Amino acid sequence: MSGDAAMREMAANLPVPEFETTAFTPLGKPLGEARVAIVTSAALHRAGEEGYTMLDTKFTQLDRADRNLVLGHWSPNFDHTGIQLDLNVVYPIDRLEELAAAGVIGEVAPRHFAFAGNQPDTVSEVRLDTGPACAAELTADQVDVVLLTPV
Amino acid sequence: MSTLAHVFEAAGLSTVVFASMREVAERIHPPRTLYCEFPLGRPLGKPNDIAFQTDVLQRGLSLLEATGPVLESHPEVIDSDETPMACALPPRHDPDLPPAVDEAQGLRAAYDRSVKARGITEVGRVITADQVLEALRVLDQWAKGAPWAETPLPGPEPISVCHDIRSYYEEAGLQLVEGPPPGGRAAEAWFFEATEAGKTLMAARLALKEQGAPFPLWFYMAPAHR
Repeated sequence: MSGDAAMREMAANLPVPEFETTAFTPLGKPLGEARVAIVTSAALHRAGEEGYTMLDTKFTQLDRADRNLVLGHWSPNFDHTGIQLDLNVVYPIDRLEELAAAGVIGEVAPRHFAFAGNQPDTVSEVRLDTGPACAAELTADQVDVVLLTPV
Repeated sequence: MSTLAHVFEAAGLSTVVFASMREVAERIHPPRTLYCEFPLGRPLGKPNDIAFQTDVLQRGLSLLEATGPVLESHPEVIDSDETPMACALPPRHDPDLPPAVDEAQGLRAAYDRSVKARGITEVGRVITADQVLEALRVLDQWAKGAPWAETPLPGPEPISVCHDIRSYYEEAGLQLVEGPPPGGRAAEAWFFEATEAGKTLMAARLALKEQGAPFPLWFYMAPAHR
């Protein structure tokens, strides 16, 4: 079995948080007028700045212009070279700028955010604490759409 | 990511998850999901392929037109490449050094080229590039039976030190690789199967396990399937 298949099989059998319903917020405006942000679980941070501890539940603010970003993820279970070849394969910030320039989306948000993919099993901090705190930051920036890219 | 989508959506934001694990997304059922069966660690699929990445994003954005929860799959599946990337390794230079230490020294110029070209490096979580040699020397001693608790690594624990060693190698390796850029896991396969450092790391990991070191400390030194 390949490494990715093994990881997918392992993840498929892990306990996951349960949600009885699916919250659903329709986009209340045309996409061409929407402000879009990226939130990634690649544990990105600016090179030379503080990284993440194991099972860190914090999130890091990334400014729209930041490109000097490195992975602070603790898992050895996935490829780390894709992002070395091209930041956008994890954090498609240049693609988003192009979509805004082409008018597909309204604009690129001024700030984007990174969490660490490794979270405590219950993910209760993300559900109750850091997730809502990040949502408040996005709302303060008048973001309409959030694209979530996992690592 | 799927959990965050619930949280964000409840706060009034519209979200799209580019999921890499279909079963997880199905069980957490976030509002809008594009399942992308691409190499783990490459959620947009193909490095340096602007058209492909744009297509992935546009397919995800199109889910915003749905009037209720939706999970679709990107039509293309990209498998990881588990063949070690073709990458020349330095010849043995100093026979008095452990092979992994000698090898890491020989890769330093390529690593430095990477730092110069990219301006950034993942090395430095807990040890510097200079300390990679010392770390490999300790791993070599562990592999040969030295008690791990009495033979300390530079750095607080083995997991993050091994991340730094692997980053040093993968960044150097990408400077030396022949042919097209490696697929997902080709660099990992090269590190663990072709390099002395990878072999030393795995031998040290086994030694820690046999010495009764705490499970997470040795287990997460390498990918779980290894």
